Amino acid sequence: MSRLKILALLPLAAALSGCDYVVLAPAGDIAAQQRDLVIISTVLMLLIVVPVMALTVLFAWRYRQSNTEARYEPDWDHSTKLELVIWSAPLLIIVCLGALTWMGTHLLDPYRTLGRIHADRAVDQSKAPLEVDVVALDWKWLFIYPDYGIATVNDLAAPVDRPINFRITASSVMNSFYIPALAGQIYAMPGMETKLHAVVNHAGTYKGFSANYSGAGFSGMHFDFQGLDDKGFDDWVAKAKSAGGSLGRAEYLQLEKPSQNEPVRRWGTIDADLYRLILNMCVETGKMCQSEMMAIDAKGGNGHQGLNNTLPLAYDKYARRGTALGPEPTFVAGTCTPDAPQGKTTASITAPVDTAPLLGAGLKRPSFTPLKSSSFFLGQRPKSDS
Amino acid sequence: MTVAVNPTQTGEPVFYLADEHPHPEGWSTSLGFWIYLMSDCLIFAILFATFGVLGGNYAAGPAPKDLFDLNLVAVNTSMLLLSSITYGFAMLTMQQNKIAQTQVWLAITGLFGAAFIGIELTEFAHMIHEGATPQRSAFLSAFFTLVGTHGLHVSCGLIWLVTLMVQVWKFGLIEANRRRLMCLSMFWHFLDVVWIGVFTFVYLLGVLR
Amino acid sequence: MSPDLLKLIFGRLGFESLPLHEPIVVGTFVAVALGGAVLLGGLTYFRLWGYLWREWFTTVDHKRIGIMYMILGIVMLLRGFADALMMRGQQMLAFGGSEGYLNAHHYDQVFTAHGVIMIFFVAMPLVTGLMNYVVPLQIGARDVSFPFLNNFSFWMTVGGAVLVMASLFIGEFARTGWLAYPPLSNIGYSPDVGVDYYIWALQVAGVGTTLSGINLICTIVKLRCPGMTMMKMPVFTWTSLCTNVLIVASFPVLTVVLALLSLDRYVGTNFFTNDFGGSPMMYVNLIWIWGHPEVYILVLPAFGIFSEVTSTFSGKRLFGYTSMVYATVVITILSYLVWLHHFFTMGSGASVNSFFGITTMIISIPTGAKMFNWLFTMYRGRIRYELPMMWTIAFMLTFVIGGMTGVLLAVPPADFVLHNSLFLIAHFHNVIIGGVVFGAFAGINYWFPKAFGFKLDPFWGKMSFWFWVTGFYLAFMPLYVLGLMGVTRRLRVFDDPSLQIWFVIAAIGAVFVFIGILSMLMQFAVSFLKREQLKDVTGDPWDARTLEWATSSPPPDYNFAFTPVVHDNDAWWDMKRRGYQRPLTGFRPIHMPSSTGTGIILAGLATAMGFGLIWYIWWLAALSFIAMLAVGIGHTFNYHRDFDIPAEDVIRTEDARTKLLAGAK
Repeated sequence: MSRLKILALLPLAAALSGCDYVVLAPAGDIAAQQRDLVIISTVLMLLIVVPVMALTVLFAWRYRQSNTEARYEPDWDHSTKLELVIWSAPLLIIVCLGALTWMGTHLLDPYRTLGRIHADRAVDQSKAPLEVDVVALDWKWLFIYPDYGIATVNDLAAPVDRPINFRITASSVMNSFYIPALAGQIYAMPGMETKLHAVVNHAGTYKGFSANYSGAGFSGMHFDFQGLDDKGFDDWVAKAKSAGGSLGRAEYLQLEKPSQNEPVRRWGTIDADLYRLILNMCVETGKMCQSEMMAIDAKGGNGHQGLNNTLPLAYDKYARRGTALGPEPTFVAGTCTPDAPQGKTTASITAPVDTAPLLGAGLKRPSFTPLKSSSFFLGQRPKSDS
Repeated sequence: MTVAVNPTQTGEPVFYLADEHPHPEGWSTSLGFWIYLMSDCLIFAILFATFGVLGGNYAAGPAPKDLFDLNLVAVNTSMLLLSSITYGFAMLTMQQNKIAQTQVWLAITGLFGAAFIGIELTEFAHMIHEGATPQRSAFLSAFFTLVGTHGLHVSCGLIWLVTLMVQVWKFGLIEANRRRLMCLSMFWHFLDVVWIGVFTFVYLLGVLR
Repeated sequence: MSPDLLKLIFGRLGFESLPLHEPIVVGTFVAVALGGAVLLGGLTYFRLWGYLWREWFTTVDHKRIGIMYMILGIVMLLRGFADALMMRGQQMLAFGGSEGYLNAHHYDQVFTAHGVIMIFFVAMPLVTGLMNYVVPLQIGARDVSFPFLNNFSFWMTVGGAVLVMASLFIGEFARTGWLAYPPLSNIGYSPDVGVDYYIWALQVAGVGTTLSGINLICTIVKLRCPGMTMMKMPVFTWTSLCTNVLIVASFPVLTVVLALLSLDRYVGTNFFTNDFGGSPMMYVNLIWIWGHPEVYILVLPAFGIFSEVTSTFSGKRLFGYTSMVYATVVITILSYLVWLHHFFTMGSGASVNSFFGITTMIISIPTGAKMFNWLFTMYRGRIRYELPMMWTIAFMLTFVIGGMTGVLLAVPPADFVLHNSLFLIAHFHNVIIGGVVFGAFAGINYWFPKAFGFKLDPFWGKMSFWFWVTGFYLAFMPLYVLGLMGVTRRLRVFDDPSLQIWFVIAAIGAVFVFIGILSMLMQFAVSFLKREQLKDVTGDPWDARTLEWATSSPPPDYNFAFTPVVHDNDAWWDMKRRGYQRPLTGFRPIHMPSSTGTGIILAGLATAMGFGLIWYIWWLAALSFIAMLAVGIGHTFNYHRDFDIPAEDVIRTEDARTKLLAGAK
């Protein structure tokens, strides 16, 4: 059964089960352009695939052994003309497809700011794009709206026809941020930031989820994305505002513990610096931020004093990070400045009180503690209490 | 392998060889060993690439210039280069069928190799003692792994060398042993070439970085 | 005993590692144990151990090793397919609040094991087995270049398979997906033995694969019979050569990347960690630098099989031999330039993405040319629809769909919406089942009479064929549809009840495939029982074209009594046409390698070392390692590794064949 047939079956299938071919009928301009590319490429390839399939069936039938009327030329094995055709026909298609790919890839680069919000509408320059910071946690999504000072878990909304700029990262393992109705996916990776620019054109509620397996709670790692009119979006923001609560570093450290099938949660205020800290993996106080580390590395490292700036790791999301033969786990201690600038107190920011090994749902506690390996191998670091 | 495959004088095509013509023993060995070396080369290529990617990630720790003692590395390099030369002498004497001299040169090669390993281990021990462990940063992980893999290869080469010396002592410079010495020779020079890469890209360029 | 002492002896292995509280696993274990006991008892009762050890386990005969590879592949297919059935069942049931019957702990192991087993321990052994069996025969050689190494390679592959199977009953397998991306596979997020099983199973098997690659390259380059220039080699030999070049040039990458991952896991280095400057994305890059060529490692030999089959059953020379060879070589080279298309969504930037997208599309040009070559081989032929040809036609119709969706996925913006979706799953099953598996089955049906001296039963073969093909379409076309609905892979439960119908269809398809597999086993059994009826006395049951059909079925130990001389691509066809007379006199002693038990011992020790490392039983690992060194070095002191088959034995064998041939006339 070829894809053509599948496409032909669409109305029937849709009638049968009420299925939602969201990839083929998305609600956002980016996803729509991606859909167009899917269809154009498919049609281009069908130009050669259909004849090949037809010829296969035709030859298989015509030159069957019982058909003695068909010509039989056991020594015919070469034809320069045919060879030219069979190499150049796919080549021509690939040339077309390659050109299409080059253009499409650049135009639909997720890092590229939007040039239009719909096939026939340019971006309204008077409206600032909506900024959303996305963090993939184990196993839920945290959305931070820096311009509104709110944050949610597993609840994302955006006004229709307003460009959205996503900045995406993860807390522990790799995920992929994907709302099929809105735009193609992009990985969410710890300590790294990816970007996605998109716009939703039709109001409605769409599914979003992680498209990259990330562990036990992966199946429950989905959320609703709502395309709302401006009024609806304001109400949605107000609802989050009125939810109260504040998402700061301590709350985040509680939140990032593994948990499954999280319900929607909202915070009315946020630590404005939180996303930067998450991205740089230094929400825990005293830990050196990646940005600082990279700046030091770019200047040639920290020299010999860099040998003494690690501290035993007392807090971690999981029970054990230490290895059987290696030393106890550590982290690089921050050198104070950018993390806690002068005058800004960090006294209130503490790691969770409970520093006992933290276990998420579905994670059983490893039964093994390594032999006192440090005595006969490599490191001589102080043992942590984890 | 030149065998007449054309029709014989009578015009009948030849479809088989009447005489058994076994390939000489070890017919495929040198090709096989070359291919193995190339696959090993790929292992080093990946480790070099890894070092290339991670070599600048000090994690706010020490950089090459803080850790490497180029003088020691120069001594170490000369050990390995000298061992390659002495291995060359061993092969020359082998071709002249001088068992005793071959063994002596092999032994000298082994001593140079052992010295190389010894110096490398000293260097590692010193770095680890300082706290520059493989765990301290991605740069150090990549460094210890690349250099350590090379050292591991040299150690395997040493075990192999001793084995071959025993075999030459027991069975003499028979054809099979000559072939084995030839293979080890390729292996040994290969490690030398890899070390030149390590010396240049890891140590020299590292200190310049 | 004190806990410290227990830990010293057993590492982290304890009673709690045994899945005694899991009824399904215990049931499986009991069944396997009983079956195993019956098998072992039977072997003992019929005093077969000595026979097996002498004639099979220690053999260096490429034909027997090839057959053992095939058996390994088929046995592991049953395990891998059981995983597939469990997945289909889970996804079919887990709707509308139902959790299905597998919890995450199990389900995640099941899909990981399915991928690992199917690629490494089903597809690889099937392909390697066919190459091992056929290539030396096709090039007129007596054995491979390094017969001992061949035996060792095989047992290393078995060692890897044993470790994977052990994880079912002792501890657990990885819960990371078949490529074990860090940070998820790193010690922080996967502290259990699962990933260690994964690492050591692949390392042990990987050594075997690399060595077997070196071996076959040497065989093809050095041991061709007189007259067989490179451009007179059969296409299957060509594709095997390219595959083995790919193996040698890609498996070391896997070895390194897994070694680095194990360093991260065992000593706490920072290659793929989030902290300390490590880079998980480097792992993703490196593993796909191995992973993409791996795809072609599997499919190129299948292309070779289809070439042989098409030309044999069309009774016609292969169309465009030269362009076929060049297409194969071009694919070999290009397969190294496309790895990034597996993760366009990483955010590498538009130029990088489009470069890798376009190189990927370029591969479809030589692949397309091959497809046309097969088509024009059929053109003006006399096609006999025996089983191998049926599989070939099914391949041609199926593979173009997979190829098309593959090129579609190579368009980065299209990949953004289809990546990691069930569309992707459908795509690669479409090319791997439609290409590699169909190819392996075509090969099995084609060469089985050569290996055993009787044909496979056509009725059960057709049953197997139709159930497999229908099952494949039923199982995977719904996944294409689901992918277009934005359903992603590796999900354990679903919310949207409208999707369920598709999963039900897919599950029915899986059951069809299951019947197909059972029919295939039935086919082997029935054919064995009817072996007298299906007997092939000529050595050339298909009126075939290449050299392996010139000798008897099954071939004698020495393959050819006299080294053949080749004048044409289709050497045997040429010989038949020009009135080749089989020589009846003048036999000489034949020099052959002798059997050795070193390979199986070394591989056993390597497996024990892997087990020790997985469970932190350090003494076991160290002891096995030292023993391996000792056995390996000891083996080099054996200078007498071959013997002569006396001329009388050759005469006896060849006379028997003469009688058989006379009886056939």
